[in-house]
Amino acid sequence: MKQKSIFTIAAVLLIAAFIVGAFFYKNQKTEQAARLAAQNQVALVRAHSPTFGNADAPVHIVEFLDPACGTCRDFYPLVKNLMAAHPGKIQVSVRYAPFHPGSDQVVKVMEAAHKQGKFQQTLEALFASQAVWVQNHTAQVDLIWSPLGSLGLDMDRIKSDMNSPEIARTIEQDLADAKTMNVTMTPEFFVNGKPLPSFGFEQLQTLVDEALVNTNTK
Amino acid sequence: MKTSPWTLIFGAWLIAAMATLGALFMSEIMGFAPCVLCWYQRIFMFPLVFILAAGLFPFDPKVLRYSLPLAVVGLLVAGFHLLLVAGYIPESLTPCRQGIPCSTVQVEWLGFVTIPLLSFFAFLVVNALLITAYLKTPK
Repeated sequence: MKQKSIFTIAAVLLIAAFIVGAFFYKNQKTEQAARLAAQNQVALVRAHSPTFGNADAPVHIVEFLDPACGTCRDFYPLVKNLMAAHPGKIQVSVRYAPFHPGSDQVVKVMEAAHKQGKFQQTLEALFASQAVWVQNHTAQVDLIWSPLGSLGLDMDRIKSDMNSPEIARTIEQDLADAKTMNVTMTPEFFVNGKPLPSFGFEQLQTLVDEALVNTNTK
Repeated sequence: MKTSPWTLIFGAWLIAAMATLGALFMSEIMGFAPCVLCWYQRIFMFPLVFILAAGLFPFDPKVLRYSLPLAVVGLLVAGFHLLLVAGYIPESLTPCRQGIPCSTVQVEWLGFVTIPLLSFFAFLVVNALLITAYLKTPK
């Protein structure tokens, strides 16, 4: 029947156009992101950024994260496992991307704790208690003090440091770099300067594996 | 040329399908978050694809009775959105309170083609085709 075949051809063409368009758009975006990252290696990591793992590790992961972001919390143990699976081979640097309302205050506390050498413990305590201090996607800095209570932080110093212009500059720099790197969602990972082709833990793992292979053959 | 009601309704389906896939492309592939008014327009556009298709096989002119209310209300919402973006209606009087303000222009092709304009145009053509089909259907 003629009408039926016209309809079927139109439907198939429309869906095909959608899929082909999506494929080309994604490819173009991935290339763009890779080019952007390659051009802006300076903005990727700064001297002030909290870093853990072996400083001479061949694989360097830079993570833009928001302590109030649930996916960042879920990714944290995965990244930690990845580091444990390749001991001494992976270094992780954290960049602040406080995109949630109120998160900018929490990030200031994290940076003040970083000055006391307790960045990782603070990050872990914040992630563990996220449900307490993130309410309705809004970070409540007043509610983070008791979860951080057992870390042995000098709280008076934290409270004065968190308002220092130096910490404000650090966070401004991180936000400006996030903008340069076109980071609009958290977490965002870069492995040896390369962005994830698309978001997901498997993609991160693949990039890390590739980086490990590259350094082994060198 | 004599255009049959079937062809007109098929044309309306084609426009609705393109608008639906286009909207999904922009939100899912390009990552633009739809604002509140965009969601209302989607609510009136997306079902047209299925209702009109169901009315084409076998052809049932009654499909006009079921699709026109959606098309007309969708056109009204799109017109409202267009006036909002153009600045004739102040943002505070609109249902946009959180997320993306509806007056934000996310795309501007050729200097004047915005997403609300595309939506308005799609609803306009769908309405024109369906009303023409209605007038051509023997009562």
